[in-house]
Amino acid sequence: MLTALFHLFTGFFKIGMFTIGGGYAMLPLMQEEIARYGWMTAAEFIDIIAIAEMTPGAIAVNAATFAGFRTAGVIGALLATASLALPSLLILVPLSNFWEIHRDHPILTAVFRGIKPAVAGLIGAAAIYIGKTALLYDPLLSKGEGLPIDLRSLLIAASVFFAVRRFKADPIKAIIVSGIVGLVVFGF
Amino acid sequence: MQQNQKQRKATLRELFSAWFKIGLFTFGGGYAMLPLIEREVIDKKGWTDKEEILSIYALAQSVPGVIAVNTSIILGNRLAGVKGAAVAAAGVIAPSLIIIMIIAANFDYIMNSVYVLQAFSGIRAAVVGLVAAAAVRIALGSLKDKPAYIIAIAAFVLSAFTDLHAIAIILGGALAGLAVYYFGARRGAED
Repeated sequence: MLTALFHLFTGFFKIGMFTIGGGYAMLPLMQEEIARYGWMTAAEFIDIIAIAEMTPGAIAVNAATFAGFRTAGVIGALLATASLALPSLLILVPLSNFWEIHRDHPILTAVFRGIKPAVAGLIGAAAIYIGKTALLYDPLLSKGEGLPIDLRSLLIAASVFFAVRRFKADPIKAIIVSGIVGLVVFGF
Repeated sequence: MQQNQKQRKATLRELFSAWFKIGLFTFGGGYAMLPLIEREVIDKKGWTDKEEILSIYALAQSVPGVIAVNTSIILGNRLAGVKGAAVAAAGVIAPSLIIIMIIAANFDYIMNSVYVLQAFSGIRAAVVGLVAAAAVRIALGSLKDKPAYIIAIAAFVLSAFTDLHAIAIILGGALAGLAVYYFGARRGAED
């Protein structure tokens, strides 16, 4: 048991330490560690990615919790997830302190003036990427042929966009309402 | 404008509950949490503004770890030191812990429920609308001059149509910023 917990700690600490860019970038290393320690089967790993996408929270955190829980129950889940976040804490606290102190230096100001529009562009690209996966027909729910885009999904996405831009709708309420709407419109 | 004044202090409880909410309602990770961060951390709490959040986001993506967790650590650290960083990270992680443990214990039942799939199809569509709205809002707020437009469009094209890693694009933005706003400005001053 102690060995299993120790492996959860070292494995997920390593994953948190050596993957930059979060999310999907973490999956290959995670798969390696999972295979090495036998935390779950390959089929379970694919299922957990699907679940991690469907449930709230960061994908890597969800996968860590699942692997930890399967290996050593609640303690395993807590340990795996904490080990995953620990490297971030160790790296970012000193780094962000440095940034807060020196952020007004002309070089850093110039660097961040260039970075900000780059991130804005990345977010725009992410909206397109997310749109491609979420608005296309879901093979599990759709019937028949026709447009490659699911009109119900498109309508929900457009309504949410409009509600947020125009009426400053609360994103949390938008998500809850869309879940209920999905339950109704995808039921037919 | 009270909304634009950045608050420099927050209680640990405030930090935990704000990040718990963000963790609870973020589907799909990464950029999908932006709209919620904007709502909680910028509109409601005033801990940062919509321009600075881009710098924080860039920092969070350029170091190892989960982006949502990294973002919570940077803001938590600023508002309440190391303790704040740990509490904010715990807050954003806690909903995942609870939900995934429940799912892991009832794995087969949940995976086979058609109702769950239907509800999540609706939620995924909502996330598209939310992220698109965030992209528009951020573009309107951060694109202030010509070089900024060029950098944003280049980043968008590279990210959408090539396999270039986000970090490479952020690094490119940093170099462009250095060239235009530091060396460019100095050269202009010398002339």
